[in-house]
Amino acid sequence: MSEKIALSIEDLTVSFDGFKAVDKLSLYVEKNELRVIIGTNGAGKTTVLDLICGKTRATSGTINLNGTELTRYPEHKIVQLGVGRKFQTPSIYENLTVLENLEISYPEGRGVFGSLTFKRTEQVTQRILEVAETIFLTEFLNTQSGLLSHGQKQWLEIGMLLIQDPELLMLDEPVAGMSVSEREKTADLLNKICQGRSVIVIEHDMEFVKRIAHKVTVLHQGKLLAEGNMESVQNNPKVIEVYLGH
Amino acid sequence: MNALLNRALGERRGAIGLAVLAVIIFLIMPLALDIFRLNLVGKYLTYAFAAVGLVMVWGYGGILSLGQGVFFGFGGYCMAMFLKLEASDLASTAHQTTPGIPDFMDWNQVTQLPMIWQPFHSFAFTVFAIIAVPLLISYIISAAMFKRRVGGVYFSIITQAIAAILTILVVGQQGLTGGINGITDLKTLNGWNINTDSAKYLLYFINGALLFGVIMVCNLVLSSKLGRLLLALRDKEDRVRFSGYDVANFKIFIFCMGAVISAIGGAMFTLQVGFMSPSIIGIVPSIEMVIFAAIGGRMSLVGAVYGTLIVNYGKTAFSESFPSLWLLFMGAMFIGVVMVFPNGLAGLYQSYLKDRVALVLSRIKKVKSSDPLKVVKAES
Repeated sequence: MSEKIALSIEDLTVSFDGFKAVDKLSLYVEKNELRVIIGTNGAGKTTVLDLICGKTRATSGTINLNGTELTRYPEHKIVQLGVGRKFQTPSIYENLTVLENLEISYPEGRGVFGSLTFKRTEQVTQRILEVAETIFLTEFLNTQSGLLSHGQKQWLEIGMLLIQDPELLMLDEPVAGMSVSEREKTADLLNKICQGRSVIVIEHDMEFVKRIAHKVTVLHQGKLLAEGNMESVQNNPKVIEVYLGH
Repeated sequence: MNALLNRALGERRGAIGLAVLAVIIFLIMPLALDIFRLNLVGKYLTYAFAAVGLVMVWGYGGILSLGQGVFFGFGGYCMAMFLKLEASDLASTAHQTTPGIPDFMDWNQVTQLPMIWQPFHSFAFTVFAIIAVPLLISYIISAAMFKRRVGGVYFSIITQAIAAILTILVVGQQGLTGGINGITDLKTLNGWNINTDSAKYLLYFINGALLFGVIMVCNLVLSSKLGRLLLALRDKEDRVRFSGYDVANFKIFIFCMGAVISAIGGAMFTLQVGFMSPSIIGIVPSIEMVIFAAIGGRMSLVGAVYGTLIVNYGKTAFSESFPSLWLLFMGAMFIGVVMVFPNGLAGLYQSYLKDRVALVLSRIKKVKSSDPLKVVKAES
C-alpha cells in the first residue's frame, strides 16, 4: 500500500506512578487502512486509544493526525479534529431514541448557543437516515435505545461516530457480546466504513481479526511486539511465546 | 412562530398542565383567599422560582445545588437596596445624624452612602443588576468548578459552603447590608406604594405572570437540542465529551440559568413581603428549596410549583399550631420522597393518575365524536 500516512504515533510513553503502561510506542496508520491491535490483558491497548483521544495525557511522545499534533488539545477539540472513539461497553444514551442519539452526535450546534438554536433540517434528517441504514437500524429510529439488543447498541455507537465522518475511527472490542450473524454483519460494516478514513480496532476474537484486518499490531507490556499481516504475526515466535508459553 | 409557542407551552400535554396551574394561580387563589393569605401564596410563589430553577439545574442538569438561596438573595437584596434608597429620602430621614442614607447605616455610624449602593438609585440599573449579579457570581462559581471537572457531591458541598459564607458576610457587614435584621421598612417603587392592598394584588399577578414566563423559557430550552444533551450528559458524560462537546460549558449554562431564575424570585419576594434578610438566603432556606423541588418532582417544572405551594402551606398551617413539630415533619417528607416516591408528586401523577385522566379525556372525546350530526356529515 502506498497510501499516505494519516496517523503517526512516535515515542509515545505514559507512566502511572512509575509504571509504564505504554512505553516508547511508535505506530503508523495509513488512510483507508483498517488496523487491528491485539495483545494480552494489560498490554496497553485501551490506554493507546485513551491517549489518542485525549482521555489520558501522554507523559512524552507525539500523536499526529494529518499534520496536527493532538496531544496538546482537550478531548472535545480532538473529536472536532476528526477522531471518533467507541468505548468498550456500549456507551449510548439509553433514555433517548436511536434518532436522538444520532442527532446529538451530528457535528453541528456543538456550542451552548448553537445547540439552543439547532434545527433538524432536511440535511440532518437525510444524514441520520443514511447512517441508520448503514448500521442496520432504520426500523428502530424511534425506539428508545435502551431497549435495543446488545449488538444493536454496539452498532448504534458506531453509527454515532460515523455521523461525525471522522478521519480516524477507533473501536474498542466492537463485536464483544455479539451473535455469530451479528459478527458477520459487523465485519462487512467495518470493511465498508474504512473507505476514506483510517480505522483502529481492538479485538480478541482471532477469527474476526482475520476477516477484517489489513494489518495487525501486537502489543505486549506497553511495547510493540510485532506488526504485519495476520499470517506473519501468527507465525511470529515472539507472539507465540507471549500468547502460549511462559 | 407558532411552533415556538408550542414548544414553550410544552406541546399539548404540557399546555394542559400549564392551563390547570394558571386557573389555580390566577383564578381560584385570588377568588378564594383574602389579601393577607393571597400575599402569603405570592410569597410561596417566589420560592417556586428557586424550585423551578432547581428542576433545571438538579433534575435535568444533574447538578445538586445546595446554595440556590444565595442567588435568591442576590435578586432580593438588589431590589431591596433600590427600595431602601427610595424610602430613605431626605424628608423621612431628617432626624438622622446623616440624613438621606438608609437608617441602619446611620445606626452603624456610616456617614456616607457606600460606593456599591450608589448605582441603586436607578431602577433600570437595579433590574439589570438583579439579572447580572447572580449571573456573574454563578458563572464564576460554576466555571471554576466544572472546568476543573469538580462535580457531584463535591459541588453540592461547595455550594452549601458558599451559602454559609455569604450569610456570615451579610450578617457581619452590618453597616453595608443591615446585618441580621436585613433591609426593612420598604415603602415605594418609583413612588408607587407597594404596601397597599391593590399593590399587593397587582404584584401577585405580576409574580404569577413572571413565573409562567420563566416556565415557558425553560420549556423552550428543554425542547431544544440542549435539553436532550442535558439528558445525555446525565446518562453518559464521557460519550458526550467524546462526541465533540465541551461538557463544562453546558453545565455552566444550566447552573447560571437556575441562578438567574432564582434571583427573579428573590426580587419578587422583596417586593411582595417588604423586606430582605439573611434568614432567607442561608443554608436552611437553600435546602428547603431543594425539598420543594424534590416533593414536587425534580423532573417537572409545574410539579415544582405545586411542591412549593404544598410544603409552604403545610409549613404555615403546621407551625401556626405545632411550631416545633414542623421541622420533623418536613424531614419525614424528605425521607418519604427519597424512599417511596423518588420522582415526587409529578412521579405519583405519572404512575397512578395519568392513565385515568387520559381515559376520562378520551371518553369526553368519544361523546363528542358520536355526535350524530358529525357522523352523518362524515358519511355523506
